[in-house]
Amino acid sequence: MTDPTHAAETVLRLDGITKRFGELTANGDVSLDLKEGEILALLGENGAGKTTLMNILFGHYVADEGRVLIASRGTGLSELEAGSPHAALEAGIGMVHQHFTLAENLSALDNIVLGTENLTALTSARKPARQKLEELIARSGLTVPLDARISQLSVGEKQRVEILKALYRDARVLVLDEPTAVLTPQESDTLFATLKKLAADGLAIIFISHKLAEVIASSHRVAVLRGGRKVADLPTAECDLRKLAELMVGHEIVETVRSKGSPGAPLLVLDKVTAGSGRDALYDVDLTLMSGEILGIAGVSGNGQTMLARVISGLKTPASGTMTLAGNNETGANARKMIDEGLARIPEDRHHDGIVGAMSVSENLAIESIRKPQNQRFGLLRFSAMRETARRLINAYDIRCQGEDSQARLLSGGNIQKIVLARTLDPEPKVVLAAQPSRGLDVGATSDVHKRLLAARDRGAGVILISEDLDELMRLSDRIAVIHRGRLSAADPTESLDRGTLGLRMAGQSGEAA
Amino acid sequence: MIEIIDILFSANFWAAALRIATPLIFGVIGALICERAGVLNLGIEGIFTAGAMAGWMAVWLGAGLWGGVLVAAFAGAVFGLIHAILTVPLGLSQHVSGIGVTLFATSLSYFIYRTALPDVSSPPRIDAFQPLDIPVLSELPFIGPALFQQTPLTFLALFLVLATAYVLYRTPLGLAIQAVGDNPAAVESQGLSVYAIRMGTVVAGSAIMALGGAFLTMSAFDAFFFGMVNGRGWICIALTVFASWRPGKALIGALLFGAFDAFQVRLQTEVGSFIPGQVFLMMPYILSIAALIVVARRADYPRALLVPYFKGQR
Repeated sequence: MTDPTHAAETVLRLDGITKRFGELTANGDVSLDLKEGEILALLGENGAGKTTLMNILFGHYVADEGRVLIASRGTGLSELEAGSPHAALEAGIGMVHQHFTLAENLSALDNIVLGTENLTALTSARKPARQKLEELIARSGLTVPLDARISQLSVGEKQRVEILKALYRDARVLVLDEPTAVLTPQESDTLFATLKKLAADGLAIIFISHKLAEVIASSHRVAVLRGGRKVADLPTAECDLRKLAELMVGHEIVETVRSKGSPGAPLLVLDKVTAGSGRDALYDVDLTLMSGEILGIAGVSGNGQTMLARVISGLKTPASGTMTLAGNNETGANARKMIDEGLARIPEDRHHDGIVGAMSVSENLAIESIRKPQNQRFGLLRFSAMRETARRLINAYDIRCQGEDSQARLLSGGNIQKIVLARTLDPEPKVVLAAQPSRGLDVGATSDVHKRLLAARDRGAGVILISEDLDELMRLSDRIAVIHRGRLSAADPTESLDRGTLGLRMAGQSGEAA
Repeated sequence: MIEIIDILFSANFWAAALRIATPLIFGVIGALICERAGVLNLGIEGIFTAGAMAGWMAVWLGAGLWGGVLVAAFAGAVFGLIHAILTVPLGLSQHVSGIGVTLFATSLSYFIYRTALPDVSSPPRIDAFQPLDIPVLSELPFIGPALFQQTPLTFLALFLVLATAYVLYRTPLGLAIQAVGDNPAAVESQGLSVYAIRMGTVVAGSAIMALGGAFLTMSAFDAFFFGMVNGRGWICIALTVFASWRPGKALIGALLFGAFDAFQVRLQTEVGSFIPGQVFLMMPYILSIAALIVVARRADYPRALLVPYFKGQR
């Protein structure tokens, strides 16, 4: 896209923003300008400081140094009061958080009106509010049922309510934090079409993203953050994927190269498995995992991936259908039995389900094998043996920590994932179940995870890779199946698939139509 | 059997039910408001005691009946503020803080009472609220004696039910209270202060709770004595769940409990000769537990109940 805003007025300026959390500098001397009608993409990896920067803008955090300047209507730029969401709203800044800030027990209309009226008022003026909103909806195309409770709305509708919240307050700057994280590719397209329309009407938009393709397709200008500092700020027209990726990561990208796998015999077989109810349920799922292959499971978050992982881990007994592992019927086996039978579980939420934060690194490494003779004698734990194993694993898996006795919760996300990898992959499991294994990790940790998964495959294990990241799936998987509303498609060889086909299947349309 | 039906159709019985329900109405409305904002207030039992003591003592010292009501509400507000400070900005455990407030408020009330009256053996009485004889209405058959021969505090309780429902469902403030109990981030993102709304609600709710205590000393027993609150606060916590956090249902729940209690007293005199009295005393509690089991299984808890909110953390 070209920049239509050469002559436009600057509506927002961040000037030398610095924010530290203890030792960590989340933002270091970041300056940004935003013009009327402009769509700015704020690009960066997880932990690059994008969200922190926007939270400072919106007053959730107070910057240690620097200031936020905003154009008040008609006059020039003036300084915004720090640390006050109220002041930010008054100045015309609207924010759509990654995790929606909506009260589920109220209607869409109530949520939008909330906070716009004097709290001491004895009545709430709904009629004019509804009228203004209906006009806004007609103009912007952000259709939502105003009287429906938020809890009944879809994710896309909730996001539209969030945007309407900002527009209802006559926002001049709209900030969206990872707006497409919860959307299908098609829903994302609709969102960006709406944003372009709003920008054409003069709204200034910042959207935070780490997805290069959408940044290139939908922004006028892109600012890249890395390690809390702004490393680039340039018109999108001058960018290509490769350049942006390198700016974001800070070095040339070496992609993990997958050699062709050599699949063996069927290892894990699910036959007509139905489990759970509601949004995260499985219906008639058939799945066959061979030894020596990586089977990717693609899908938009919340389509049954969590339940699939729970069934395979033995955390949920299917209502019907069977599951066999290496020929043995494991339907209804509990989690301990599945681990004993050779399943490695890399959980989706590593902080909650992967480690016990208050326990030490060595205890966390031993936690799935405490009943094995090497770790206990006469019912008592052998701490010295556990420590020794821990020291070996810390070395082998390059876990950065103070030592085997440090508390696991003090480690970074990447190192916590390395604990999980070391614990589950070291016993050489038959099946590896990796749910969102690289979510939230930086490039280094991600490539480490990828190498470990490929190594497990090459030694003959079967790997199930559940991911929302299509690039990751295409790079690692030998075959890919798509999960949509609890139903799993047949798995096709990766070579026969492309992103478009997968995107359509993720949205519930069969690939043949494309 | 005939006797039981006679009881249910006597105006006297329903008048007693409403009288017994009055302190519970105050209590459950107060507890409901706090919980709607996301704060469980287990200080209720102590706040009842504080309200009972403060109201009684103010009247005894010559403040007048309505002066006593104000003093009682103020005492409740003070203990509510303690609970609010501990649980909202400091984010401490609402259970621990609530129990602490109950112990503190109860003991302090007894202490002040004992210090002021070291030597009395029988608690001094005050000239309490008298039933209002509303002309015309109180002369209606059945309804008149049942509904319109109550003291002013009962009418205040009924008015508070209506007022609470109106505020909660019809005003911008009520919207904010409902939202802050569901998702505080929604309130903050709209520029309102989570702390101010939660603390204000807890203080107001606690003041209303204290009126339940004041009813005991200023309308029911005319005096203050130890142990007089006798678990009424805890009953209100259960009734809040029973009411699904709705003021209308809260009124029904309190009346139901009042009716059970009035019924067991009368049943005791009818058939009490061969069943021990304790069985009858148990009855309203057992029936309440049964009702709670039926209702609470489907209870729609405020999602942010018990969850402290810290600014900038999500």
